[in-house]
Amino acid sequence: MAAYRGHRTNPDKFEKSQIKIYLLILPMVLLTGLPIVFIIFHAFKPMEELFAFPPKFITTNPTLDNFRKLIKASRSAGIPISKYVFNSIFITAVVVFGSLLFSTMAAYALSKLKFKGRNVMMQINQIALMFVSVAVMIPRYLVVNKLGMIDTYWAEILPLIALPVGLFLVKQFVDQVPDSLIEAAYMDGAKEWQIYLKVIIPLIKPAIATAAILVFQQVWTNLETSNYYINDDSLKSLAFYMNTLTSTTTTNTVAGQGVAAAASLIMFLPNLILFCILQKNVMNTMAHSGIK
Amino acid sequence: MSPVKTKVGQRMHSNKNGYVFVAPYAILFILFILAPVIMAVVLSFTNFNAIQWPSFVGFLNYINLITGDDVFMKYVLPNTVKYALIVGVGGYVLAFLLAWGLSNLTKGPRTVFALILYSPSMTTGVAMAVLWKIMFTGDQTGYLNSWLMDIGAINEPIIWLTNTNFLLPIIIIIGLWSSMGVGFLSILAGLLNVDEALYEAAAIDGVKNRFQEMIYVTIPSMKPQMLFAAVMQIVGAFQNGMISTLLAGNPTPGYAGQLIVNHIEDYGFIRYEMGYAAAVSVVLLLIVQIFSSVSTKLFGDND
Repeated sequence: MAAYRGHRTNPDKFEKSQIKIYLLILPMVLLTGLPIVFIIFHAFKPMEELFAFPPKFITTNPTLDNFRKLIKASRSAGIPISKYVFNSIFITAVVVFGSLLFSTMAAYALSKLKFKGRNVMMQINQIALMFVSVAVMIPRYLVVNKLGMIDTYWAEILPLIALPVGLFLVKQFVDQVPDSLIEAAYMDGAKEWQIYLKVIIPLIKPAIATAAILVFQQVWTNLETSNYYINDDSLKSLAFYMNTLTSTTTTNTVAGQGVAAAASLIMFLPNLILFCILQKNVMNTMAHSGIK
Repeated sequence: MSPVKTKVGQRMHSNKNGYVFVAPYAILFILFILAPVIMAVVLSFTNFNAIQWPSFVGFLNYINLITGDDVFMKYVLPNTVKYALIVGVGGYVLAFLLAWGLSNLTKGPRTVFALILYSPSMTTGVAMAVLWKIMFTGDQTGYLNSWLMDIGAINEPIIWLTNTNFLLPIIIIIGLWSSMGVGFLSILAGLLNVDEALYEAAAIDGVKNRFQEMIYVTIPSMKPQMLFAAVMQIVGAFQNGMISTLLAGNPTPGYAGQLIVNHIEDYGFIRYEMGYAAAVSVVLLLIVQIFSSVSTKLFGDND
């Protein structure tokens, strides 16, 4: 019997031994992927296909009717959908930018600048990876309330900026930047903010991209902030509006289901596109994601 | 030593600028993460209705939770434990096995499969609620009902989302479906970065098959990723628990799909018994903490 030689991960080409693995993984991939494909198909179904009996999985006559109805529904509600779209884009952009700026700054300091308390800070952030935000929605509300941020954009922006997992991943990546580079910059008389901008930032782009994806997902689909901190409808987010559409019009009503399907596609698609564009960076960052 | 060098040495050694760089993140972290956690602990010892100033009640909330809250003991806690074990632990094992399989494939299919497996974790909130409401529609126009009737498994449609027998399993399935998140990607990256020389060495040392290889070589050399993934998995599982109230309302019919996160929402934002809700929150944070300590025992550095 031939001795076992140890297998190879990340093979370059297809080998027969991979067939077994395909057989095991393909069913899981199909099961996982079907609901996603369904979201896409469903949004483009005309009325008679949405309620066809027996139900149809595949759209045969794709139409944009559902998206038109979605826009119409918002017109009759008083606040045009464009307002919600603006709110969400504005909030998401500010949070993503703020979060990336602050977490890269903190990551640089925690990794490359020596000062008292930095190890404790790192540890606290590591413990905060376990933070389940729904567990503290009440005290969070009290903080937002105390700061006088109820019914302002601040309430939808500030609570979401500090994302422990974002800082953690970026910091792990900054750790890979050799100290000698920083020493050399010091020799040239560079200030800290110059090192941050010119040495660190260009070298940690994959981690920044990964953190961007994670923050984006948190903000774009966030219901909590609009739900609990905002009473003024004109300040609420698109995610919130989409959610009211899907819950007030029960999905069984004729008009409701199509609108809901269109809404869910609009909420899901930006996540998917962003991830597809940046996925290479993600794998690169995850290689350094371990907790030691 | 030249004066320049000493100065550089000093900056490498101790640097107050660090505080300036950490400050913006730290302030927001303290305001919206640390302070709320501390407040939750403090409030859990009070009676607080969100209008009057909280009054101190000692351990009363915890005592009530254990002795007086039938719903919690009979439904919420068992549901939560079942859910956490299957979606948290089971999902973790599944994530590892899938990532392991993927790491044995060529780059093209691996990337596509990983993207598909990861995509459900991006369908939070609205998309998730709509999708599953339609799948589990209670009459014959529902997809699942229609398929099951087609293959003759059932004769009449099942009203899935109000049926107390099915609600928890449905939420568990949805939880598993969406559990291939950041942790899964981390494991995959870890697997791809294991030094191949280790496998060759292990084969010479007598490792006979892929299973032994996984236990003796792969997992030990990627413990940090295993730990990170474990924490992400359990946190993700609990965050996703909110889906049950999006599907079936709060409280869920017969409390069949009530998880601890829904219990907090019920007491905090529906009944405004915030002190009590805070006590439940503290219990949730403790549960997550227990899961993480177990993971640290398994994969931590100290062995």
